[in-house]
Amino acid sequence: MIDRRLILNFDWTLFGIILVLTTLGVINLYSATYMVDAGITPIFMKQVYYILIGMTILAITLNIDFKTFERFAYWIYVFSILLLVMVLVSGKTGGGAKRWIGIGGFTYQPSELVKLSLILALSRYFHYRTNVGGYYLRELFVPFIIMAVPVLLIMKQPDLGTALILLAIFTTMVFVFIKVRLVSLVIVGVMGITGMPVLWHFMKDYQKMRLLTFMSPEHDPLGSGYHIIQSKIAVGSGKIFGKGFMSGTQSQLEFLPEHHTDFIFSVIAEEWGFLGSLTVVIGFLILILWGMGIARECRGRFETLLAAGIVVMFSWHFLINIGMVVGLLPVVGVPLPFFSYGGSFMITTLTGAGLLLNIRMRRFM
Amino acid sequence: MNMQLYSREGFDRLPVRLFIFSSVVLFGALIIFVRLWYLQILNGGEYRQKSENNSIRIRYIQAGRGMIMDRFGKVIVENRPAFDVLFMRKDAPDFRETVRNLSSIINSDPREIESAALKEPPFLPARIRKDIDRDMLARLLTNKLDIPGVSVSIEPRRNYPYGNLASHFLGYIGEITEKQLEKAGEGYRMGSQIGKSGIESIYETYLKGIDGKQFVEVTASGKEVSILKEVASYPGNNIITTIDLDLQRAAEEAFTGKEGAIVALDPRNGEILVMISSPHIDLDMFAGPLNSQEWNKLTNDPLKPLQNRAIQGQYPPGSTYKTLVAAAALEEKVITKDTSFHCNGAYRFGNRSYRCWKKEGHGSVSLHKALVESCDVYFYQVGLKLGIDRIAKYVREFGLGRPTGIELIGEKAGLVPDKAWRKKRFGEPWVDGETLSCAIGQGFDLVTPLQLLTAYVAIANGGAFYKPHLVKSVVGPNGDILKTFKNEKKGNLILSPETVTLLKDALKGVVNEPGGTARLARHEEVIVAGKTGTTQVIMMRADKRVKGQDLPYKFRDHAWFASFAPADNPVIAVVVFIEHSGFSGGHAAAPVAGQIFKKFFDLEKERREGPNVDMKVASLPPRDKE
Repeated sequence: MIDRRLILNFDWTLFGIILVLTTLGVINLYSATYMVDAGITPIFMKQVYYILIGMTILAITLNIDFKTFERFAYWIYVFSILLLVMVLVSGKTGGGAKRWIGIGGFTYQPSELVKLSLILALSRYFHYRTNVGGYYLRELFVPFIIMAVPVLLIMKQPDLGTALILLAIFTTMVFVFIKVRLVSLVIVGVMGITGMPVLWHFMKDYQKMRLLTFMSPEHDPLGSGYHIIQSKIAVGSGKIFGKGFMSGTQSQLEFLPEHHTDFIFSVIAEEWGFLGSLTVVIGFLILILWGMGIARECRGRFETLLAAGIVVMFSWHFLINIGMVVGLLPVVGVPLPFFSYGGSFMITTLTGAGLLLNIRMRRFM
Repeated sequence: MNMQLYSREGFDRLPVRLFIFSSVVLFGALIIFVRLWYLQILNGGEYRQKSENNSIRIRYIQAGRGMIMDRFGKVIVENRPAFDVLFMRKDAPDFRETVRNLSSIINSDPREIESAALKEPPFLPARIRKDIDRDMLARLLTNKLDIPGVSVSIEPRRNYPYGNLASHFLGYIGEITEKQLEKAGEGYRMGSQIGKSGIESIYETYLKGIDGKQFVEVTASGKEVSILKEVASYPGNNIITTIDLDLQRAAEEAFTGKEGAIVALDPRNGEILVMISSPHIDLDMFAGPLNSQEWNKLTNDPLKPLQNRAIQGQYPPGSTYKTLVAAAALEEKVITKDTSFHCNGAYRFGNRSYRCWKKEGHGSVSLHKALVESCDVYFYQVGLKLGIDRIAKYVREFGLGRPTGIELIGEKAGLVPDKAWRKKRFGEPWVDGETLSCAIGQGFDLVTPLQLLTAYVAIANGGAFYKPHLVKSVVGPNGDILKTFKNEKKGNLILSPETVTLLKDALKGVVNEPGGTARLARHEEVIVAGKTGTTQVIMMRADKRVKGQDLPYKFRDHAWFASFAPADNPVIAVVVFIEHSGFSGGHAAAPVAGQIFKKFFDLEKERREGPNVDMKVASLPPRDKE
């Protein structure tokens, strides 16, 4: 079924780093969700199931030539938009936000699919367009819409973190990877800066609070300042070697809420210390830089952008999430790939990794 | 090769661009690296100390549960503060000493305290004693320094100012079980309270509020430093029932010492004003943990206190059935108001003699007299003429044989026998002799008190009835009406006006005419209409008849009375069922209904005009000081 050539070109290094990160993530999650007298909690098992599902999808996508993805890119994109609309119409609510849809007994978060479908759509869009001198701003209208539609739908849920990630992916892919006229770049930059106060006006109160408490968390210990203070204590208290597996008091005693989702890195930092934290950071760097290497060696435009886009997705998640946990960035709902609990995102992560493997495997085709 | 050129076009130095981004990522990672160094290496000691010394507790603030009120907003079930003694081992430097001191303060065996304290891990509070009184609270607070690790929590607890009133449909609450916890959604933990029966259970999602949380910073010795974060609790919503509290209380009083059920409702909309099932259950008993001994006692009690007889007790309806049979007979034109039969105390059918309750017989009887004096012989013959299937058809139209659909769980359907049923159940065809028994409500037919009442409501309304319901609306803690429950009309049968008039006249006669069996239910001003029933539990040979109350309990007759008032445009319908009364429906059940009617119309008057002020008392001169 699979061409022998493909197997020869299989990227074992990339696969290895994916496995390592996944394994570390699972082990760490076990500790993060372990509650006294409860043994293996359902959360941990759920994550294992999702990993298996993600791995299965990964294996399946390896059999599919990425050219097929190119052909169906827009369809996948439209499908993900429809799912987003479904969320708004008949979605499930959790923690004050409507982000999920129910399928059978499972819940799925369509915004996680959008992370990939946006990259696919943008890669497809720029595949055929050639613009030797560079794009003018007005020529970027369609890509802008491709990004704006899901971002707006997602902001309505509300899900600030995912919207932010999509915006970051779009900005990087379009303004860094595509040649855009300097003039246009300047205009965008100016608009961005002057747009801040306008954005401020439209932000919800709690989002404003988050920015303010980020500036000085001690100022508001009753609100999200609490998160940041606790997270820094968790991270710092790890010292060099950490407190040991399943011995992180901040997380075990539930002092730090969300420690199995967005703040999962704090568990690593607390239990494995500086050495452990560094290992994970380096692990991600290897993944990202290796992925970039794959993108560089691609022949066609679509797969280059696709590979680069996926690497960009990993990069922003990595930087923003850990930046938030160590108190460098305000609290936004951005998960850490491989480590944060969350089925939908785990599937996205593994699918994205699968696509990278896929592209690398077929680079001579 | 060409492809390569084409695909790279417009990219313009892509490798460089990718490199730029990679550098950005590396730069970001570097900043993270520096930050980690700063937090973990440079300041690691300080943070380690913070995480060890200043620990933070999460204290849950239990939300106030919604109240249950009557139709006028009077509170029937509410909450009161209860103080529990908690023990967190982590904060007790000398465990044994704290246990010793605590035992003398709360008068408890130190071993009991120890075992209770060991039930939880050291950093979670264990409940040592629930619901202490104020004296003990004062002693605990005064001696606080001798008992480090011990604290007192204030929790809301369910309070029943009227004791066991309406205990069955109000329901009780208790601690959530493991199984329930698995299925429960957010907001439930070990130790959470959850409604277990009745309204408390059915409307649990409305009644339960949202618990609050406190993140409290505490030093190594357990002293509170500050409250870091507090999320306020939000109280649950209140349930407005259709019950009339004053009427319910009067009815409960009139029913003391009896077992059975009473239901009163408004025939115009199905709203239930009174629901009693006796024996009652002690709601307070369930508020704390119920040990298995007490639970077994309850479930094995032969009087079955947990059963809500109003909807779960299935009994033969006795003579109250006759009205329904009469309605069927009139509509099917099997009889007219003048059709008469002769009753001489017995009716011979097959090779048996079926007795009438009146040994001497009633003489020549037509419909009116047959109902007023409750002649069995008349109805034996009417029943025969109708046949069991036609009886079944009409009786089902009145709502018998299936649950009424009231909100409560566990409602029974009763039984309406017909030929098909008999074949299925016993494998034998129907025997006409049984029609006779059924026609007077002493055959296979079974009804719940609520069902019988709805059947009478149907008659009073000319065929239609409303689904009985107990809850009027759900109101938020600030008074906003969140949900109103609509009245649902049921019953498609429309009786002809002549039938209705005839029946109503007869039912009026039962209560108001000489010779009527329910004269004890009479009301001075309002015309009450109804029908009595006395169901024999065992067949007695006429010559061996023993006075009812001399029989052992389980052999005594049941007493029924189903009624409504005012007869022409009823605003209230009442059914009284006394289990194993030993007396007849007329003697035992009717007077209870009579008391309820009296109270109801008195209350109506009062509410319209204002309370009756005794003018004499008001004008008395003030008492002279001694």
